[in-house]
Amino acid sequence: MATASPPARLEPVPISPTEGATVFVALRDLRFAKGRFTLMGAVVALLTGLVLFLYGLTGGLAADSSSALAGLPARAVVFGGPAVSFTDSAIDAGQRAAWQAAADARPLGVSMTRLGTGAGGAASGTGSGGGRAASSVSVVGVDPALQPRATVGDNPRPGEVAVSAGVAAELGLHPGDPVTLGPARLTVSGITPDRSWGHAPTVWTDEPTWERIGGGAQPSALVVAGSGPAGKESAKALDAASHTRTVTLDASKSGIDGFSAEQGSLTLIQGFLFAISALVAGAFFTVWTVQRKADIAVLKAIGAGSGYLVRDALGQALALLLLGGAVGAAAGAVGGAVLKASGTPFTLDAATVAVPLSAMVVLGLAGAALAVRRIVAVDPLTALGAAR
Amino acid sequence: MTLALTDVTLTYPDGDTRLTALDRITLTVAPGEFAAVVGPSGSGKSTLLAVAATLLTPDRGSVVIAGRNTADLSRSARTRLRRDRIGIVFQQANLIPALTAAEQLEAVGHLRGDRPRAARTRARTLLDAVGLDAAKQRRRPHQLSGGERQRVNIARALFAEPAVLLVDEPTSALDHDRGARVVALLADVTAQHGTATVMVTHDIALLGRTDRVLTMADGRLEPALSGEPRTSRRASSGASASATCGTASNA
Repeated sequence: MATASPPARLEPVPISPTEGATVFVALRDLRFAKGRFTLMGAVVALLTGLVLFLYGLTGGLAADSSSALAGLPARAVVFGGPAVSFTDSAIDAGQRAAWQAAADARPLGVSMTRLGTGAGGAASGTGSGGGRAASSVSVVGVDPALQPRATVGDNPRPGEVAVSAGVAAELGLHPGDPVTLGPARLTVSGITPDRSWGHAPTVWTDEPTWERIGGGAQPSALVVAGSGPAGKESAKALDAASHTRTVTLDASKSGIDGFSAEQGSLTLIQGFLFAISALVAGAFFTVWTVQRKADIAVLKAIGAGSGYLVRDALGQALALLLLGGAVGAAAGAVGGAVLKASGTPFTLDAATVAVPLSAMVVLGLAGAALAVRRIVAVDPLTALGAAR
Repeated sequence: MTLALTDVTLTYPDGDTRLTALDRITLTVAPGEFAAVVGPSGSGKSTLLAVAATLLTPDRGSVVIAGRNTADLSRSARTRLRRDRIGIVFQQANLIPALTAAEQLEAVGHLRGDRPRAARTRARTLLDAVGLDAAKQRRRPHQLSGGERQRVNIARALFAEPAVLLVDEPTSALDHDRGARVVALLADVTAQHGTATVMVTHDIALLGRTDRVLTMADGRLEPALSGEPRTSRRASSGASASATCGTASNA
C-alpha cells in the first residue's frame, strides 16, 4: 500500500445527469476477456458464413431450377388437373378453350431433351461426335412475346429455336445454325439471356413447334399473362367448371420436379442453423452471466438497476453478434463469389448478405435475452460479507 | 440525523421457528461521525449493514437515510437511493476484474448518467486523494496490492458524495499495518466528506480512529466496549456526536 498521507480535500466536481446511458462495463468485458469473446465471435462468424453460404446456394439452386418460369410475364399458371405438376399436367382442347374465352391464357409446353449441333442429329456426348456436340436442355414452348428478348438475333418463329447464351457458348451456336432438338431439325433464331428449368439450360420455341417436337403432345399448362378472371372466386369457378387448377406464378414453381424437395431441404437446414445459433448464443451468455454473478451483485449493491444491467449485457451481445456476424458474412460473401465464378449456382446480392446476418443478430439476441434475464434474479446482498 | 435506525427487528425463518437476526436495534449516526460496530461472527453485524444499505427490509422498525424513510420506497427507489446517497465499502474490495482502477469509479458515474468527462475527472481526483498515483489508476485489480484495492474500494464508495458510508470488514484481508492505514483513511474521508460512517469489524485493535464503538451480540447492540473511553473527534471538531444505540451511548 502507498504511504497513507492525509488525502487532499476534494474539490466538488459538477456532475450533470445525462439521458440515454450506453454500455459501459460490458464493453470493457469484451476488451478484458479477449480470448473468450474471440472464441465466441469465431463461432458466430462460422455460423453466419455457413448460413450465408446455404442462403446463397438455396437462391442459386432455385434460380437454376425455375428462372425460365419465374421470368415469364405472367400472373398465374393453370394446370390441367388437381396436381400442381408440370410433368403430370396436360391441357386438353376443352380446358384451353374455356380459359381462353375468359382470360388471356396462353399455352405453355415444357420438356427435357437434347440439343445437337448440325443437321444430322444429337451426338451421344457433349463436345464429341466428329465436330458435332449436344447438350441436355429444357425446351419451353410458349408465345415468343412471353419469352426473354433475344440479345442476338430474334425470338423464334415456327421451326426455329432461341438458345440461352450459355448453351450457345458451350456449343458454339449462332443465329442461322441448324440444330436438332429431339427428333426435330430447327434453326437457331437468336440467343437469349441465360434461363433454366429443372437445372437444365432453357431453349425457347413457340408452342406449336414444341408440340411438334413432342410428337403432338398437349401443352403442359396455360399461363395467364394479361387479363384474366376477375378475382379468386372467378378463377375458382373456372377451375371447377373446366377441371383445372390455377395457382400464382410463384406457387407454380413447386410444379417443377424436385423444386419443393430441394428448397425444403435447404430451408430446413437453414432453420436448424438459425436455431443452433440462438441456442449457442444463449448457452454462451448463460455461462457468462453465471460467471459474472458476483460482479452483477456488486453493481446492484452500488446502485445499478436490473434494467441497466440487462441493457448493458444485451449491448455486449449485440456488439459480439454484429462483429462476429460481419466477419462471417464477409467471408461467406467472398466464398460465394468464388463459387459463383466457378459455375456453382449461387445467388449473391444484398439480400444474401443482409438476411442471414440480420437473422443471426436477431436470433442471437433472443438467445442472449433468455440468458441475461438471470441478471434480474441476482441478489445484491451477496456482495456483502465474504461471499465472493 | 443522516442515518437513523429505530427499533429495527429482522427475523429469518429457521425450521419451524424464526431466528432473530436484529433485535430492536436503534442507532443514529450524525454527519461526519465514524461509528464502529464490533462483535463475533454471527452476531448480526453484516445484517445490520445490509439493513442500513437497504439490501434487506426489516420486519419492524424504520430506517431513515438522509431524511428518507426507506419503508416507503419501491425497490427501484431503494436502488437509486443506494446509487446516490449510500456508499458501500466492501469486505474484499469487490472490484470488477475487467475495469481499471479509474474505471471502477467511472462505472458509478455511468450508473448515475454523469457525463463521461466529468466522471473521469472526479475519478482521478478521488483516486489521487486516496493515494493512488496516475499509473496505478490505469491498472486492473489483479495488478494492485490488497491495500491499493481497498483504497479504490473506498474511493468508489465516495464517488457519488454519499450521505452514508457503510463499511464492511475493510481490513479482513489486510495485515495490521495496512488495515490501520485503511481505517485512518476512512476516518479522514468521514471528516472531510461529512459522511455518517458505520464500519463493522471484528478487529478491535483498529478502532483508535473511530468516534465510538458499539458491540453487537445475538442481534442486539450493546454498550460501548469496556476499557478506556476515547474522546470523540466529532465532539472535538464541534460537530454533534449525538448518537444513540439502544441502551448504549457514546463513551
